[in-house]
Amino acid sequence: MEPASQLDSNYDLSIQDFPYIIEWREDRCTRCGKCTAVCPVKAITPSVAAQRLVESEGASPMPTSKKVTRHVVVQSRDIDRYCTGCGTCSLVCPAEAIKPVYNSHNRFLIYKNKKGDAFKRGGRRNDPSISTVDKLKFTRISMLTDPALDAGRHEFRVRSLLGRILPPEELPLAVKDGKLVKMNEKFIPPVREIFPIRIGSMSVGALSPTMWEGLAMGVAYLNEVEGMPVVMCSGEGGLPPRLLKSRFAKYFILQIASGYFGWDEIVHAIPDMKEDPAAIEIKYGQGAKPGDGGLLMAYKVLKLIAKIRGVPEFIDLASPPTHQTKYSIEEAVAKMIQAMSMAWGFRVPVYPKISGSKTARAVLNNLARNPYAAALCIDGEDGGTGAAYNVSMDKMGHPIASNIRECYLDLVSQGKQNELPLIAAGGMGKGGHLAANAAAMIMLGASAVDIGKYIMQSAGNCLGDEYNRCNLCNTGRCPRGITTQDPRLYRRLDPDMVAQRVVDVFRVADVELKKIFAPMGRSTELPIGMSDGLSVADRAIAERLGISYAC
Amino acid sequence: MCRLSAITASDYFSPMETIMALETMKEGHDGSGLGLMLKNLGGDFEGLKEYPILSGICSQKGMTLLDDFMKSKGFRVKHMWTPRIKPMPGIQKRDFYIAKAYEYPEEWRDRPMSEKEDLLMRTRLELRAIGEPDQSIFAFSFYPDVLTLKEVGDPLEVAQFFGLDKSDSLKAKIALAQGRQNTNYAIYLYACHPFFIQGYASMTNGENTAFVPIREFLMSRGNPGYIGYNSDSEVFTHILHYTCRTLGFPLNYYKDVITPLKDSEIEGRSDREALGLMKKSLRPLCIDGPNCVIGFTPDGTVFMVQDSKKLRPGAVGGVKGKYALMSEECGITRAIPERDQSTDIYPMKYDMVIISPNAEEVTVWNQLRN
Repeated sequence: MEPASQLDSNYDLSIQDFPYIIEWREDRCTRCGKCTAVCPVKAITPSVAAQRLVESEGASPMPTSKKVTRHVVVQSRDIDRYCTGCGTCSLVCPAEAIKPVYNSHNRFLIYKNKKGDAFKRGGRRNDPSISTVDKLKFTRISMLTDPALDAGRHEFRVRSLLGRILPPEELPLAVKDGKLVKMNEKFIPPVREIFPIRIGSMSVGALSPTMWEGLAMGVAYLNEVEGMPVVMCSGEGGLPPRLLKSRFAKYFILQIASGYFGWDEIVHAIPDMKEDPAAIEIKYGQGAKPGDGGLLMAYKVLKLIAKIRGVPEFIDLASPPTHQTKYSIEEAVAKMIQAMSMAWGFRVPVYPKISGSKTARAVLNNLARNPYAAALCIDGEDGGTGAAYNVSMDKMGHPIASNIRECYLDLVSQGKQNELPLIAAGGMGKGGHLAANAAAMIMLGASAVDIGKYIMQSAGNCLGDEYNRCNLCNTGRCPRGITTQDPRLYRRLDPDMVAQRVVDVFRVADVELKKIFAPMGRSTELPIGMSDGLSVADRAIAERLGISYAC
Repeated sequence: MCRLSAITASDYFSPMETIMALETMKEGHDGSGLGLMLKNLGGDFEGLKEYPILSGICSQKGMTLLDDFMKSKGFRVKHMWTPRIKPMPGIQKRDFYIAKAYEYPEEWRDRPMSEKEDLLMRTRLELRAIGEPDQSIFAFSFYPDVLTLKEVGDPLEVAQFFGLDKSDSLKAKIALAQGRQNTNYAIYLYACHPFFIQGYASMTNGENTAFVPIREFLMSRGNPGYIGYNSDSEVFTHILHYTCRTLGFPLNYYKDVITPLKDSEIEGRSDREALGLMKKSLRPLCIDGPNCVIGFTPDGTVFMVQDSKKLRPGAVGGVKGKYALMSEECGITRAIPERDQSTDIYPMKYDMVIISPNAEEVTVWNQLRN
């Protein structure tokens, strides 16, 4: 009798257990080897297989068989080398002989826990359903009751404000000879005029040098050539000192997070800075992974990254899930805002970013009472990240639509809706409708939106999607060269092309926002809180967001 | 689209002049209502300048409620005017159309005007709250030397219904009239222009696309008078009140609030610092039109202003001592036929026409030049 260990295959995985199954066409394959060479996770390997070849010659069947040895491509059944579906193999194949196909019957998450190691990845929430934001429609169209505006002819001002805005009653104004004059005794908080779509926080380090440089060049071009005040957040990890000290620093929001990475360099650069940064973002949470800290893997910490962040090379850089100095929201946030404001002489807006949460209103009300708090950025569950536990990404977090709406209405009830701008992040453009998502969030009460994944996809051709495709950002093996510090990978990305695509994206968003606002009769100021413009074909959503139901 | 007709003069004139001007613009309104607001009253009210006049409509029950309420607050009736109603087909007569001049309660007589204004507004709002659920009381205005009439129907017929064509009992130096074009909303008297709050009045044509954010901003200012909004145009009156009374800005800044300049344009203004701050803090009150707004302020100044694209035009014309502000040129011709048409003013998108009290002087204030 054979031993059980030889008979029992219970602990082997079948290919049906994997999320992506490689379809390889032997008849088309030229055996060039490109696919197996390029696969970032070694999910496919070249192999040889002995095959029986049955042939028959002559008028009547006389089958003969012979054994031949063939070169084949095989898919690994090792869970650590699972096919991520990135499709890089298809990209390089000259004969269209190979592609990964999504397997909806997969049981990947059940097995991806070997040695007690919880599945970690990059990317976004694996939920391909249509988000609430994408379900919102613009239904208040001015047409015959009154003339609609013309997106091509009328002048539009698609701009928002970032910074604490004084209530009209507190403006230091007096009437002198029939004119209003500004009195000098009062502190006027700094306010920036920005394009209402921002590039959200993605760090130098998480992104490859070519990707980050491309984004930065695109942003500079948009500002200086197109006249569009697009701003971009550094993410945690600082900025290259040359950029900090350049005239371009004003297009960047510097982020300080729980690891304070990069801030030694920033603090030392302050005396030499020619321009103030656009703002300071204090990161308390991230929508994609609430409660999960930041992590930059050791192999991404190359010389430049180590220099900027003020750490040795090739060590894991973990940011704690919370700020270690934080004792309570009242004093810690206030002190942090105060300290950062003071560093730039109260000339720079300082605001916190939190993950979407039922507790967002508590944070908001705290900020509303703090005259130095410049905004609140709320990052919803559909946000992305470079590295996190899968469980945090898939199951933690709060949808952005109702979170922003309840915060806005809370401000309205206090009459502070114009004083503390809300910035919505997480899932903007998830379904490809960036401008529509941005406009919808604005009409729910946001002053601006942040994008991350969208710009990575559109400017860097990121392969990720909501079916766990690719999502290798945490491994440093990004097949597109977007989230890697490996020169062999990031040289695939042309920073000029990235910059060009950034410009394309924002120019199109500008046009599309106008195409949305024009028929709704809005052109001069952003229609923040214009909730009567929105409808949804879902009564529960309509009720929750306080908008109309239309079907 | 609603039609607007306003006249300001140094001498008293019949409100019929405004109605007849409105009649010439008839093809622009569907006769779904008339709102008439008179200021600086002559006729029956000429000797009652200091007494606040409550204008409204009551049912039998409402009249009793109103009288009891006013009595309980210490207001004593000084004079009561009611129109001599001439029944007209298509106009449904309500029980009482009233304009009652009251003496202030004893303890309020020596208070400053601003406090009296607060009392009058609160009293009007309380009456509105009492009568609105069953529509037993409509209280349109409660202020010295201001009278309001509103009813559903063709403007000329409504005027005849009120007997304005047969009587000299009502005269004024300022009259605003709006011929209503019913579009978005059910016909409801509180939705009829002109709107009034503490001496400030305005009427508008066109749609206010920024209505909801403006309404939310006004309602969160803590002023109990910023309610109602049965029409999206009521916010124009409240923005005027907020700008001039609450914030204390000169009237021309109303234009800067509702149609702020671009930053590059602000740079050319001598008050650029103030404008820059205003633009940010008052951002939610920016309108996008299309609107022409005509209104008056407590001192008797009358103005006309348009949205920033001038999607709703207007015209101003007249002779010294009498000017007409109309949404259509033909209205001016009807109101003041003797004026020199070549001197008519067509305010452009940066302009605000301001006519001083008693129609003494017409100023076209330009937003770029200040």
